[in-house]
Amino acid sequence: MTTVLHNLNQGLIRSMESDKRVFLIGEDLLDPYGGAFKVTRGISTRFPERVLTTPISESAIIGIATGMAMRGLRPVVEIMFGDFVTLIMDQILNHASKFRWVYNDNVSVPIVVRTPMGGRRGYGPTHSQSLEKLFMGIPGLRVVAPNTIADPALLIESAIGDNDPVLFIEHKLLYACQLLENGIGDLVDAKIEQFGNINPTYKIHFSSKPQITIATYGYNFEIVRKVVLEVLYEREIFSEIILFTQLSPFNLIPLFESIGQSKRLLTVEEGTLSLGWGSELSARVAENGINNVKIKRVGALDFPIANTKQLEDKILPSHQVIKQAIYDLLE
Amino acid sequence: MDINYRLYKQMFLIRKFEEHLLEKFSSGKLVGTTHAYIGQEANAAGIFDVLDKDDIIFSNHRCHGHYLAYGGDPYLLAAEVMGKATGLVGGRGGSQHIQIRNFYSNGIQGGIVPIATGMAFAEKYIQSKRIALVFLGDGTLGQGIVYESFNIASLWGIPVLFVVENNRYAQTTPIEIAMAGKIHDRFKAFGIDTRECDSMDVLEIREVAKDAINFVRNKMQPVGLILHTYRFSAHSKGDDFRNPEEITSYLKNDPLIIHKKRLDKAIFEQVESDVNWQISDAFLRADQDPFPNDNILKPIL
Repeated sequence: MTTVLHNLNQGLIRSMESDKRVFLIGEDLLDPYGGAFKVTRGISTRFPERVLTTPISESAIIGIATGMAMRGLRPVVEIMFGDFVTLIMDQILNHASKFRWVYNDNVSVPIVVRTPMGGRRGYGPTHSQSLEKLFMGIPGLRVVAPNTIADPALLIESAIGDNDPVLFIEHKLLYACQLLENGIGDLVDAKIEQFGNINPTYKIHFSSKPQITIATYGYNFEIVRKVVLEVLYEREIFSEIILFTQLSPFNLIPLFESIGQSKRLLTVEEGTLSLGWGSELSARVAENGINNVKIKRVGALDFPIANTKQLEDKILPSHQVIKQAIYDLLE
Repeated sequence: MDINYRLYKQMFLIRKFEEHLLEKFSSGKLVGTTHAYIGQEANAAGIFDVLDKDDIIFSNHRCHGHYLAYGGDPYLLAAEVMGKATGLVGGRGGSQHIQIRNFYSNGIQGGIVPIATGMAFAEKYIQSKRIALVFLGDGTLGQGIVYESFNIASLWGIPVLFVVENNRYAQTTPIEIAMAGKIHDRFKAFGIDTRECDSMDVLEIREVAKDAINFVRNKMQPVGLILHTYRFSAHSKGDDFRNPEEITSYLKNDPLIIHKKRLDKAIFEQVESDVNWQISDAFLRADQDPFPNDNILKPIL
C-alpha cells in the first residue's frame, strides 16, 4: 500500500536518477521543508545541483523552464498552489504551448508544470480552487490529472518524457489517498478496463449493464466511487465510471461507448460548473448523435470558495449532491 | 572582409528589406502587420558583428533587422511574411514569430526575457560557453516579468545579455509619460552591470556591445546593454503622430549616412547595387512560392 504523495515523490526521484537533464524548479522546494505539500521532500538533498528553489515569481519560473527545455533540459516546475496558475497563463498560452507548432516543429518544449488544485480543506477563496478548466483546449498543451487507479509515478515519468508541455493537476486531498488495487477493497466487485497506454482512460464497470455513465477525474473519483457503491448496494443502481487522466486533448471513445449503453451521463468536476469540463463533454455527446441521452452536470457553484466549512461544503460538489444527481437522472 | 564595408552592407540590407516590405503593405500586396527597424539598423549590425555564431538570440516583434544581421536569408523571411510554405517556419509564424538555428522571436512584450534567461542557464549547465541575448524595447520595461527575470539572472549568475533598444516610444507613447526613473537604475537595483551608448554610429555601438558580450561570457554574469536610438518609420505600418520636426532632427543621425562617409563612392555604390538586386530577387522568388497545404491541420491527441 502506498499513497499518491509517496508514489509521486518516487516517480520524481526515478526521473532525476535516470536522466541528468531533469530539474525541479519552484518555491520552497529545499529540504528540510521539501515543498509546501512535500511532494519534493528529500530530493534536494539527493540532487542539490538540480533542485532550484526560486523567488516568488511564478511567471518567470515558467519562462526560465521553457528556455531550459528549448535548449535540451527537462525541467519540472512546481506551482505551490493551483490558484497561482493565473500568473503563468501568458507563459503557457503565448509561449510554451505555441512554440513547437508555430516554429514549424523545429523545436520542442518538454516542460512539466505540477500544481495542487482543489478545496475541502478550509483554505478559502484563493487557495482552494480547481482552475484546470482555464487551460483545457489550449493547443499544444496536455492537461493530465492523476488518480488512485493510474500509477501516478508512471504518469509523472511519462509527462517528463513528453516532448510537449504538460500541466499536471494534483488534487490536494489525493496526496493522502492510497492507490487502489484491482479486485480488492472498493474495487472488489468492479472490473477495470484501460484505454491507451500513456495517460490512459479507465472504465470502471460493475457486473451488469450500466444504467448511468459517470465521467470524472482526479480526486473526485474518490467521492464518485463511494456514491456509486452506495447506490449499488442500497438500490441496485449499476453505474459505469469513465475516469479520465488526460483531460485535454481528450479521447472520448470510451465515454461514447458507455453512454451508448446507459443513455445517461453525469459529469462530476470540482471547478465551477458554468462553461466547464462537463459542459464540453455534454456538448460532444450531443454532437455525436447518440439518441435520447439524459445529461446532468455536477460542479462547484458559481461562487468564490468560502473559507467557512459550512459554506465550502455547499459550494463544492458533495457526496449528497452527486447521489441526488444520479437519482434525478434515473427518474 | 573590411569591417566598414561589412557593416554598411548589413545596415543597407536591413533598410532596403524593410522599405521593400512597407511598400508591399501600402500597395496592398501584403496583409497582416509588420514593425520596421528603419533607423535602428546600427544596433543590430554592431551587436551581431561581435557575437559568436553559436550564441542564442531571442528577438521581439521588431525582429527583421536582428534576423538579417544574424545572417538570416532575406528570401526565407520574405517568404514567411508572405505566408508561403517555403518561409522560415512554413507561414505559421509570419513577421513576428520566426525561428532558425539559434535565433528565435515572439510577439509578446517581455515574455521572452525569462525564456532567454532559461536558455542561458541551460548553456551554462552544459558548459557550452554560449551566451543568450534578448531584445527589449523601452516599452517592454513596463512588464513585471522583466524584473522577475533580472532578479533571477543576477541571483543565479546566468550569462544573458539584456539589450534595451530605447527608441523613445512605446508604440505611440513617449518614454516621458511611460517610464519613471532611469533605465540603468533598473539593472543596478538587481546588481546587474550596464553598458550604455547614446549614439547611432555603428562603430561606437559595436565597441560597447563587444565589451558587454565579453563581460557576460567571461564573468558568466548578466549585463544590461542600453542603446539609445530612434526609429524613422512608424511603430507599425502607418499612423505616425510624432512631431515631424523631431523626426527630422533625428534624421541627421541616420546610421547609414554616418557610416557611408567611411566608404569610397565606388564601394558603397557597388554595395547598394548588390543589395538592391538581392532584395528584389528574394521577394520575386518568394512571390512565386506555394502557400502551405492545409492537410497539416489534423487533430492532435
